[in-house]
Amino acid sequence: MLETPELSQKSRAESSGAEHLRGGPQFVPQVDIYESDKELVLFADLPGVAPADIDLHYERGQLVLQGKVMRPRQEGTAIATEYEYGDFHRVFQLHETIDSTAIEAECNNGVLTVHLPKEQKAQPRKINVRQ
Amino acid sequence: MFARWQNLSGPGWNTLTQLQDEMNRLFDRCGFNGHRPAARGVFPAINMWEDGESLLVEAELPGLDMKDLEIYVTGTDQLTLKGERKPNVPADSVKHRQERGFGNFVRVLTLPYAVDASKVDARLEHGVLQVRLAKHESAKPRKIPVKAV
Repeated sequence: MLETPELSQKSRAESSGAEHLRGGPQFVPQVDIYESDKELVLFADLPGVAPADIDLHYERGQLVLQGKVMRPRQEGTAIATEYEYGDFHRVFQLHETIDSTAIEAECNNGVLTVHLPKEQKAQPRKINVRQ
Repeated sequence: MFARWQNLSGPGWNTLTQLQDEMNRLFDRCGFNGHRPAARGVFPAINMWEDGESLLVEAELPGLDMKDLEIYVTGTDQLTLKGERKPNVPADSVKHRQERGFGNFVRVLTLPYAVDASKVDARLEHGVLQVRLAKHESAKPRKIPVKAV
């Protein structure tokens, strides 16, 4: 069993893995991934990203997640700047057993939840053993 | 303390400080935003701005509801952010990866200005908390009229 990580700040992307047009730093969202018999569930922290600004697509076995962050309104003078603003980007390699047509996602309070259902044939089946 | 530093420093030291000041100005001009990350283990990280009327404190708290969060102003210049981030674990599932942290946090901030505790407005939008605190009357800037003689 993995240990629960402590609350921590977001981390900067070390290598963006994609060309970045808007400039500024880019961040790797922190994620949790769970698997049940029927699906994989992914949670990603995307603070400051409105649901409409999330771009999630699945292509050739890769799930690409991009989030465009709201920039702060420029108000007065900065007194403390402990974190930076930047878009989120992360790519996941998925198994072929995911039914890509049935992927569903929702975003609530800055947390994205993605449901990745397994294909029927990949779901475990209980085999009845006859006497 | 400041004077003692001055005494200790020779002419070489002065040049160094000057160079440092120059570099700081250069970074400021180039749009370097003066980002100083919070110490490790400090949660949440905050950004703070001020204008003549108010202070604005912002923190990234994804996954929190207003009901998971307590905000206090103590005295005239202490802001406390307290809360809990609860894990959301789907039923009957195995954990593959866990990077997101959970648990309780408290952060007490000493504000640079006295604020009016009755005029605090907090809102949570897409996992970002914004607390607007009205400066106390005594802390607001006052324009001094200059009389022509």
